[in-house]
Amino acid sequence: METIFTDVLCIGAGLAGERVAIEAASAGFDAICLSIVPARRSHSSAAQGGMQAALGHCAMGDGDCPDVHFVDTVKGSDWGADQEVVRLFVDRAPEAVREMAFWGIPWNRVVPGKSTYFKGGKEFEKVEASEKEGFITARDFGGTAKWRTCYTSDGTGHTLLYTMDNKVVQLGVTVHDRVEAIALIHDGEICTGAVARCLKTGDLRVYLAKATVIATGGYGRIYRETTNAVINDGGGAIIALDTGVVPLGNPEAQQFHPTGIVPTNILVTEGCRGDGGTLLDVNEERFMHEYEPEKAELASRDVVSRWMTHHIRQGLGVKSPYGDYLWLDIRHLGEHHIKTKLREVEEICNNFLGIDPITQLIPVRPAQHYTMAGVRTNKDGAAYGLTGLFSAGEAACWDMHGLNRLGGNSLAETVVAGKIVGEKIVEFLQGYEVQYNTGVIRSAVTKQEERIKRLISGENGDENVYDIRNHMQDELMERVGIFRNGTDLQKAVDNLQEIYARAQKVGLRSNGAGANPELGLALKIQGMVKLALCTAYGALQRTESRGCHAREDYEARNDRDWWNRTLATWKEGDDLPTLNYEPATETVELPPGERGYGVCKIITCDGEVIGEDKS
Amino acid sequence: MARRLKFNIFRYNPQDPDSSPHTDTFFLEETESMSLFIALNQIREEQDSSLQFDFCCRAGICGACAIMINGKPGLACHTLTDELPEEITLMPLPIFKLIGDLSVDTGTWFRAMYEKVESWVHTDETFDPNTDEGRMDNALAEEIYELERCIECGCCVAACGTANMREDFVGAVAMNRIARFMMDPRDERTDKEYFEIIGTDEGIFGCMGLLGCEDVCPKHLPLQDQLGILRRKMGWSAVKQLFRFKS
Ligand SMILES: Cc1cc2nc3c(=O)[nH]c(=O)nc-3n(C[C@H](O)[C@H](O)[C@H](O)COP(=O)(O)OP(=O)(O)OC[C@H]3O[C@@H](n4cnc5c(N)ncnc54)[C@H](O)[C@@H]3O)c2cc1C
Ligand code: SF4
Ligand code: SF4
Ligand code: FES
Repeated sequence: METIFTDVLCIGAGLAGERVAIEAASAGFDAICLSIVPARRSHSSAAQGGMQAALGHCAMGDGDCPDVHFVDTVKGSDWGADQEVVRLFVDRAPEAVREMAFWGIPWNRVVPGKSTYFKGGKEFEKVEASEKEGFITARDFGGTAKWRTCYTSDGTGHTLLYTMDNKVVQLGVTVHDRVEAIALIHDGEICTGAVARCLKTGDLRVYLAKATVIATGGYGRIYRETTNAVINDGGGAIIALDTGVVPLGNPEAQQFHPTGIVPTNILVTEGCRGDGGTLLDVNEERFMHEYEPEKAELASRDVVSRWMTHHIRQGLGVKSPYGDYLWLDIRHLGEHHIKTKLREVEEICNNFLGIDPITQLIPVRPAQHYTMAGVRTNKDGAAYGLTGLFSAGEAACWDMHGLNRLGGNSLAETVVAGKIVGEKIVEFLQGYEVQYNTGVIRSAVTKQEERIKRLISGENGDENVYDIRNHMQDELMERVGIFRNGTDLQKAVDNLQEIYARAQKVGLRSNGAGANPELGLALKIQGMVKLALCTAYGALQRTESRGCHAREDYEARNDRDWWNRTLATWKEGDDLPTLNYEPATETVELPPGERGYGVCKIITCDGEVIGEDKS
Repeated sequence: MARRLKFNIFRYNPQDPDSSPHTDTFFLEETESMSLFIALNQIREEQDSSLQFDFCCRAGICGACAIMINGKPGLACHTLTDELPEEITLMPLPIFKLIGDLSVDTGTWFRAMYEKVESWVHTDETFDPNTDEGRMDNALAEEIYELERCIECGCCVAACGTANMREDFVGAVAMNRIARFMMDPRDERTDKEYFEIIGTDEGIFGCMGLLGCEDVCPKHLPLQDQLGILRRKMGWSAVKQLFRFKS
């Protein structure tokens, strides 16, 4: 068996994984990144709108500072975030943006003088200061008090990832692309690497490392309708959960983005609304300002997605064979703006919808978008449960997003957390030695070899892996979506348990030779259903509404009983996760209060009921 | 009435001793707004689960899915079947190493390219976290972004006559990358240094200027303009080198 040694093994070569690797390599350690696809195709490249950092250069960002960013982020999280982590993050985000500029990002810059912008379909004027000319500018995003989202047109993730990977190449960091980690190597206490499958040859390979980092991104593909790439199917979360000792934080926390296009769920950026785009209903009338007089289209994502769904349920959606949808209108932003600041949006509309957004409306509705859930770590990025295991980026629950993350905060998280966790790993490695236990390695490998053999021979049964995946996705979509209730969630859990039983009986239709794609999915399917069960069961237990978790049967946010974080582990042989809880935050800089948007019924820590349900 | 589409797909799994290169035929009922992403997945899920192909973002953003579609390179995810005739022939991209069926190894090729053109900002300065970023004119930032939009799909390489004849030709994508850094004031490389990288037959002087590359670029990068600019600049550098002028 091919065995590769390194100091740091980053499972994932998106922004987070590569940023960690850069930090380690800069300190003189060996680092290897694994990726299912060539590094630059990682899903970070699909991020369009931008990354938040309180630089405060542009006119509408005047007076911005990390403190304001802090408040926005904690409110956005509906007080689910760890406030110490949020503080770390907001303080270091400006430096991270500048560092990326230094490495080559062509950030859009301040252009001095008068210009106009749109808000709620109306035109306003602003004046950019001449002394700020040429500094990094920002656009407006949902749930923020200031214009804080730094961008390169609407290809921010693309330029970030290309620049990051350039740095990786410059430093000589090795990237093994088309390699998929399928199990962690550990003895229940210490993690020493991973077993991986080469997606060029199908061969298994062992990576031994002193520090292993899960930076595998989100896992939106457990849902049928998601903006995520097809490779976002949870590999990293699965191998963590499979250890039996590493918990996932807040598995119920899944964000829906308001503007996936219909029917393909490809995202058009929040920048559309940030730049002044509006949402219209079947009568081509705006409606968000009726529900959210102040923030309107730019309330946080959870809130906008809920009102859109609500509005569709009122019969005000546009009917189609793919279900009802609403319109996104960016026509008034004008050809020049769309052709320079919303280029990907224009191409997506042209290529996938055959429409021209300069003159036509864009059909949209909410789709799963972001996994706040993830491998639970402490503020240094060290995973709970195993020494030598870390996590960063969307894969992690660090936890600065709580029950809802703000647009623009996750690109920022990948580079800020990547840097911080990288620094902490460098500290961890100083003087750290580890013994590689051949027995542990052998048994980890044998287990995977056995699984593959049984899938190919069909010894476990002949369930069709695609069928099982489709059922799982439907179940989450129908019953664990934007609005949730006890009856549906219980049903989802029951059905998913049945699906889980079937997932253990998968047999391949093909011969499984080489980089066989059916085998790739079959190796993951049980894990994916486990993730689905964690999502549904976590949601069933959380009897309150917070952030993106909206219970129709428990409409209030309940700070008395639920100001906490779910921790889900999976014991071998079980068909449900074990749930534990920890306080959402030890440090309280900003005590729970109203967000200023969304439904604001709250049961306070003292048990007092405040606010009214607006619907 | 819905069309019945006929797909001729190149098949070969080098890892399977029983496999040899051949073409398999599949039939599908065309559905509304069917893309090759939808079609290929349907074939894999319903007819042959060993079929290898690559998709990632399925939104025309990541560059993973380039294949030869009726003889022309293009992104499978944003190709709609209604733009194609009833009979559709799919082949893997040439030049890149075959992994299996429609899947090729672009990762290795591109990494070699970055190393060759040293695809990063070269500077002697060090980053100071405590000062404001250096200023840049927004118009220049937008110009750089224009060239940075390349998604490394490999279409331009597959369509290039020179690249198909000589393995060491860097391709339009690499020259576009050089042009991007030449435009960037943060990169301190001199024209002479750039010349050393691409002022050769593997680089700009190997290009025949027939523009197969620009025609197929799914991001509509201005490859023609950039190749022209480079040719002129590098031509000058060549003259200067000849006469040992200082650059
Ligand atoms: C369409 C879209 C638009 C977005 N726009 C924005 C935006 O404008 N602003 C913002 O802040 N955020 C945005 N986001 C969110 C943001 O892009 C992501 O959260 C972030 O890029 C994730 O980065 P990452 O490094 O954590 O993971 P990714 O970039 O997803 O990288 C994951 C890496 O892990 C690898 N991998 C996965 N599993 C395995 C395995 N088992 N073995 C080996 N390797 C593996 C993958 O190949 C990949 O290299 C957007 C997200 C989407 C889906
Ligand atoms: S113009 Fe040059 S790079 Fe482009 S296809 Fe022709 S030979 Fe290749
Ligand atoms: S230049 Fe165009 S065709 Fe060539 S790799 Fe880049 S995006 Fe693809
Ligand atoms: S799958 Fe990403 S470009 Fe086609």
